[in-house]
Amino acid sequence: MSACVWAACVCGTQICYCSLSAEILLLFSGINENVYEHVSMWFTGNMKQLLVWIQRNLLKERPELFVQGDTVRPGILVLINDADWELMGELDYQLEDQDNIVFISTLHGG
Amino acid sequence: MCQVEEEYHEQLERVDRLSLSQKCMKCKEEPAVVVVRAGDAYCRSCFRESFIHKFRAMLGKTRVIFPGEKVLLAVSGGPSSCSMLRQVQEGVGHNAHKKLRFLPGIVHIDEGGALGQSIEMRRKKTSDLQQMFRSTGFPFYIVPLEQVLDLPGSVLVAPSARSDRPDSAYKAAVDLFLQSGGGSDPAGPRQENGQESLLDVHESRTRLLEQLMDSVQTQTAKLDLLNTLRQHLLVHTARKHSYSKLMLGDSCTRLAVRLLTSISLGRGAQLAQDTGFSDCRYGDVVAVRPMREYSAKEIAFYNHLFKVPTVAVPNLETKTSDKSSIQRLTESFVTKLQTDFPSTVSTIYRTGEKLQTACRFSSAAEDSDRCLLCLSSLEPGAEEASALQATLLSERLSQTRGPLSSVPVEPEPAAVGRCCSSGPCGGADCNAGCSSSPTGPQVAGMRSLLCYSCQRTVRDMSSVHHLPPYVLSEAHRRQKRSAMKEQISQFLLDGAEEHD
Ligand SMILES: [Zn+2]
Ligand SMILES: [Zn+2]
Repeated sequence: MSACVWAACVCGTQICYCSLSAEILLLFSGINENVYEHVSMWFTGNMKQLLVWIQRNLLKERPELFVQGDTVRPGILVLINDADWELMGELDYQLEDQDNIVFISTLHGG
Repeated sequence: MCQVEEEYHEQLERVDRLSLSQKCMKCKEEPAVVVVRAGDAYCRSCFRESFIHKFRAMLGKTRVIFPGEKVLLAVSGGPSSCSMLRQVQEGVGHNAHKKLRFLPGIVHIDEGGALGQSIEMRRKKTSDLQQMFRSTGFPFYIVPLEQVLDLPGSVLVAPSARSDRPDSAYKAAVDLFLQSGGGSDPAGPRQENGQESLLDVHESRTRLLEQLMDSVQTQTAKLDLLNTLRQHLLVHTARKHSYSKLMLGDSCTRLAVRLLTSISLGRGAQLAQDTGFSDCRYGDVVAVRPMREYSAKEIAFYNHLFKVPTVAVPNLETKTSDKSSIQRLTESFVTKLQTDFPSTVSTIYRTGEKLQTACRFSSAAEDSDRCLLCLSSLEPGAEEASALQATLLSERLSQTRGPLSSVPVEPEPAAVGRCCSSGPCGGADCNAGCSSSPTGPQVAGMRSLLCYSCQRTVRDMSSVHHLPPYVLSEAHRRQKRSAMKEQISQFLLDGAEEHD
């Protein structure tokens, strides 16, 4: 659990999870890990809206290290159910029940 | 450069959005899960296959690693080196299809001391890593960066390489290896069980290391220095445990960043060694980079899909902004390129490939012809037209404007360097001649021992006296030597070389 936080988002009556990789967590909470919160809220929408939500609710410091413009910063990979989001419509993808969203930073030092 | 007609054009347009249910381009059956390059979408199993194949093909093609050879894997805990470790693990494994036939070991340098991490945190990280390394069954060494303070000066002196082995030697070695039954030894890599680890670091050492890092003023120079020190310690560890190859996990993305960074830092002459497949500057320990054809994205996907464990180790660049250092800025440039024009990164990387020089380590080259810090060969002579000379000239010119202001001109290292190498004092009695410069005689003399880029790094330090003892003593030795050479030179005919 230390390396992976689950931010539970509830889409309407459905639940989806996004797991955030360790690298990105370093952005979220600084050098000291294990300070992650479990977040849950009602959420309906597509990836674009999810990014906005993450930016508002999870990124307390330096959001520009994660989001740029209305999409993720170059160098951050997005996986939707273990598949490249480039194959899934990227920002327009509508979140569904039990979706597993993973963000992985490929930047040196996260 | 004459190949502008290559196939890059059509790929330079932005990627079109790929359709939702695209099929794998290889097997054309399974749904694609990852887009490796523009248009190259693979399914899970084809992706895995091509990933593994690339690694073994790289080692097979280059023929640098001999069967039965001891190879030390430098594992930082980051995605690329952990992925490399997995490839080796599977490659030497019992049921590997194309078995890798060398003897792997692992080294990890714990840099926590240079980053101001608490000892508890460092212990936790290293124990995570230890667990991971132990599960491989390979011998491993976890070395705190503090040990760089105790390195012998010999690290900076490259012993001559084992005589260059021709291609036929590789075949012979394979045959020999197969005959000796090495191929079927299940416990192959279990040599002496080196498990040098858990941090026994004296607080005083950590403080010295901190002082060293703190004495460097810019982030760019800090990263460069850290890189150099890490490299020395890696080479030293390899030598100490008699490994003749050092395997580094640099990905293609990383190397593209390094290539552009190197150019902007004035390391043009070292490009091939800095980014090529093999790097022979250390003589008896050859560094190889088998991950250099993988993009950071491929690696991240592979690790995620096939559950390769990594240990998140924050580094100097964690949470820094794009503009904190040249390295970081270049990285952000490269990743942006990668996103918008996916083929460009591999173009950069292929450019690097073209610069690849033959691994020519001339044992005749004297230590004094190599940079004290990065061990790359110094630019031959003071060629009038070299980039270095041009840079020095423009530096000098831009400086001459300085005195117009009332501010006393800061002792410019370039000027000092000039004096030491080609000035009237000819470097010999420079110690005396230039000592008027407040940077001190040793600093002045040191510049002539460094390549342009390392000069820049050292210039960013408030005092060179924070450099580890092995660097200082080796600098001193070389200075003395060149002074002596200077003294006797008038007695030699024809300025004959190396008679000392
Ligand atoms: Zn396939
Ligand atoms: Zn150098």
